[in-house]
Amino acid sequence: MLVRRNLLFILMSIEIMLNAAGLAFVTAGARWAQADGQVMFIFILAMAASEVAVGLALVLQLYHQNESLDADAANRMKG
Amino acid sequence: MSVIAFYIAAVIAVVTTLLVITRKNAVQALLYLAVSLISVAVIFYDLGAPFMAALEVIVYAGSIIVLFIFVVMMLNLGKRATAAEAMLLRPRMWTGPTILAAILLAEIAYLLAHGSTGASAAHVIPPTEIGLALYGPYLLGVELSSMLLMGALVGAYHLGWHKQPKPETQDVHREHATSPDAGRGPVRTGSGRIVGAA
Repeated sequence: MLVRRNLLFILMSIEIMLNAAGLAFVTAGARWAQADGQVMFIFILAMAASEVAVGLALVLQLYHQNESLDADAANRMKG
Repeated sequence: MSVIAFYIAAVIAVVTTLLVITRKNAVQALLYLAVSLISVAVIFYDLGAPFMAALEVIVYAGSIIVLFIFVVMMLNLGKRATAAEAMLLRPRMWTGPTILAAILLAEIAYLLAHGSTGASAAHVIPPTEIGLALYGPYLLGVELSSMLLMGALVGAYHLGWHKQPKPETQDVHREHATSPDAGRGPVRTGSGRIVGAA
């Protein structure tokens, strides 16, 4: 995530990390036979869905502003 | 037997995730990401969480990947899109994800045929229990996540709404009002071409 500078790949990496956290929750819930882990996974799912919606809208805005998906090209807020 | 299924799905998940973060092509990475999410869904099914497996396939592999693909399609407008389209139809692009997804499909068909929902799990948690927990002690979390989804909906709508009409009208007004200065000419024509193609 820090090496790749493409914004799409950064968002994909965030999805992978959230998915890993959800996998850990579900595994822990299966280990102790509780439903709490799966409830937490549902919350992570909702959060990931909303995050990716807003993130992709921001990516589209940035691409229309500076014609690039490079994260370093957007280091100025008022370009 | 379902331990072997778990290990196959786990290996596929790790390999496809590594392939996602090392690909240069976004569409190829998205295909591998979809396979990775589906393999995590198989792991959930094997862990005794079939409801989570269904949610993983529906929400992650269904809607989030489709959202990513929509954005990739919107970013590849113009002449580059046809070249990218021709490149996507080469077999080298889709053979890897197809083979891995076929392995996962055979695995889930095997698990379903033998009716072993989480034989390696000690206790299969039914969706009823999740629903009772969700609307019992986690009711505040449900309300908060509903507010989060509402905020995300409004935010995404607001961010996407100003995108199309605003640059075009600004460019038209600016070009009509002021004389085109040489310094910013190519930038404006470039953005205008992209907007026109959209």
